[in-house]
Amino acid sequence: MKAKTITASMVLALAAFPAAAQKKYDPGASDREIKIGNTNPYSGPASAYGTIGKTIAAYFTMVNEQGGINGRKITFITYDDGYSPPKTVEMARKLVEQDQVLFLFQTLGTPSNTAIHKYMNMRKVPQMHVATGATKWNDPANFKWTMGWQPNYQDEAKAYVRYLLKEKPNAKIGILYQNDDYGKDYLKGIKDGLGGKAKSMIVAEVSYEVADPTVDSQIVQLQQSGADVFFNITTPKFAAQAIRKAYDIGWKPLHFLNNVSTSVASVLTPAGLDKSLGLISTAYIKDPTDKQWENDPAIEKWRTFMKKYYPDGSLIDNSNVYGYTVASTLHQVLKQAGNDLTRENIMKQAASVKGLKIDTLLPGVTIQTGAKDYAPIQSVQLMRFNGKQWERFGQIIDSSGM
Amino acid sequence: MSKRNLIVLAILLVVAVALPFVVSNYRTFQFTLVMVYATALLGLNILTGYNGQISLGHGAFYALGAYCAAVLMDQAGAPYWATIPAAAVVCLVAGFLFGLPALRLEGLYLALATFALGVAMPQLLKYDHLAKWTGGVQGIVIAKPEAPWGLPLNPDQWLYFFTLAVTMVMFWLAWNLLRGRIGRALVAIRDQHIAAEAMGVNNAIYKSLAFGVSAMYTGVAGALSAIAIQYVAPDSFSIFVSIVFLVGIVVGGLASISGALYGALFIQFVPNIADEISKAAPWAIFGIFMIGFVYLMPTGVAGAVRLLLARRKS
Repeated sequence: MKAKTITASMVLALAAFPAAAQKKYDPGASDREIKIGNTNPYSGPASAYGTIGKTIAAYFTMVNEQGGINGRKITFITYDDGYSPPKTVEMARKLVEQDQVLFLFQTLGTPSNTAIHKYMNMRKVPQMHVATGATKWNDPANFKWTMGWQPNYQDEAKAYVRYLLKEKPNAKIGILYQNDDYGKDYLKGIKDGLGGKAKSMIVAEVSYEVADPTVDSQIVQLQQSGADVFFNITTPKFAAQAIRKAYDIGWKPLHFLNNVSTSVASVLTPAGLDKSLGLISTAYIKDPTDKQWENDPAIEKWRTFMKKYYPDGSLIDNSNVYGYTVASTLHQVLKQAGNDLTRENIMKQAASVKGLKIDTLLPGVTIQTGAKDYAPIQSVQLMRFNGKQWERFGQIIDSSGM
Repeated sequence: MSKRNLIVLAILLVVAVALPFVVSNYRTFQFTLVMVYATALLGLNILTGYNGQISLGHGAFYALGAYCAAVLMDQAGAPYWATIPAAAVVCLVAGFLFGLPALRLEGLYLALATFALGVAMPQLLKYDHLAKWTGGVQGIVIAKPEAPWGLPLNPDQWLYFFTLAVTMVMFWLAWNLLRGRIGRALVAIRDQHIAAEAMGVNNAIYKSLAFGVSAMYTGVAGALSAIAIQYVAPDSFSIFVSIVFLVGIVVGGLASISGALYGALFIQFVPNIADEISKAAPWAIFGIFMIGFVYLMPTGVAGAVRLLLARRKS
């Protein structure tokens, strides 16, 4: 009996040997752990997004409790950069050079990621699934170590324009946008989508600063321009103000609201649900405050996760579903990477995700990448607000062919 | 300068030169930033500490210096070292011109006027018609300088020594400026401007000049920071930068040259410590540190050091 056990274990050991020989590690990976670095704005003007970093940390706590990934525990190191690019540079260097992480994941903000873009690519350390919708992250020819995740702003804008040109080809368009990289990226998407018609169709284009108290005067200005279509490219607080003001002054345009501000709880409810009737937007992820997902098993699972691992976190904040979903994506990439935990292979695996379905994404939205396609999510669906909840309509719009 | 001071200075220099060979590249980079901040704080200290004019907008001059360097390198292909004097001249002129109307403003009113400057700067940098040069909201990415003449230094070490050299020149200039006639005049204006005028000090010229020189220092620091960070963007220069500078000079020690260095160490390292203590409220922890420092060392770190040395002597 004893001899049998010994032989058995020897056979097992031999069987395990070739696998052990294939193990390959870069700094930050070992038999026991994978070290992942992150920066998030836990303080400063964008600190509302800090909850994403906390959700991801909670997600990996859960993964570790369940045995880790391929037997390895995840060490998730996250630092505050206060949404200040110089601080992001300092923290990214700390993570790469001092903490020796295998790669960075979900560093947040367009300016912050721009600041470390060159550095990460020079050091050949993956800058994985950055938390920004800017279009420039999908550029594997020049920056093969940087990859985005969410649908980019320009693609989303083009989805609206496509719908508009079909439904209302003679529209007079008024645009309100936030005066920063995010607003301008959308603006470019709208103009590119309209092409030669941009000049004649856009009758007014006004901007606001994040520090502004209200956008009331901008809305009045847009109404007076005679516009009958309104592109509302604003972040949550301003979106609520814009929706309410437009309604209150009796302006009834065809109203496109960008995906950033579609939360029923934090935007539409403060604006007034009746005033939000008829808004058109896009979605790619399930909104936890949307009634139709109330008993959805995926959202249920997410709620249980939140209660257990991130009890301080808000159950009505979209960002927390976002964090959960993006962490699930990375989970898959690391599973695929197996025992070859080199930076080269992490990037290779991230660029070969084929039709991954994550249940917190909308039905029909999948994650798809390739060696020349560093834009994991490229499909969105249009939706209209019916006074109570968002109703999705039409096909899933895949912009990879646009 | 007394013999003891010279010895201390020599030891400090030896430590500063040895540092990048002892610590990691990342730490070297952090100490480069410390020197950048020290130069900026020295500038603000000339204005606020020595001359008594409160500025809540020095981040604007820091941004101006940084953009000078970045635009010159990006658009004109200027070498990085040449951008430092250019940033100095631009900020000197800008500071002097801003100082002229600011002459009529005292105390809190000046603080408000400079605050306006600090708040406006990030938006001016985003201005559409300047976007051709400033890169608008996207900012400007610049290349990292390599060590010249085949020196066996990596870019971080070279940048450290370059910054060290500039910082030393700036401190030496300030030391010469402040301990003589001009320094006395600045302090006299701060303490009793009518008496200073009675003694023949031209208040208007001295105050505007103090503003100009102060802006020049902060601008040079801004240019150094742009070269070290390799990126400038409007978001890098929020009003918070100005506030942190003010914190730096108060914690380091008002009207003290060495105070700038202590303050720089504080604003570089304490936020990182605070972040490691609490992710939920890093600035609350920072606040506790700040209250602690101000409570325990009401004249700043420099004042506390002075007191300690005086006590040992007696």
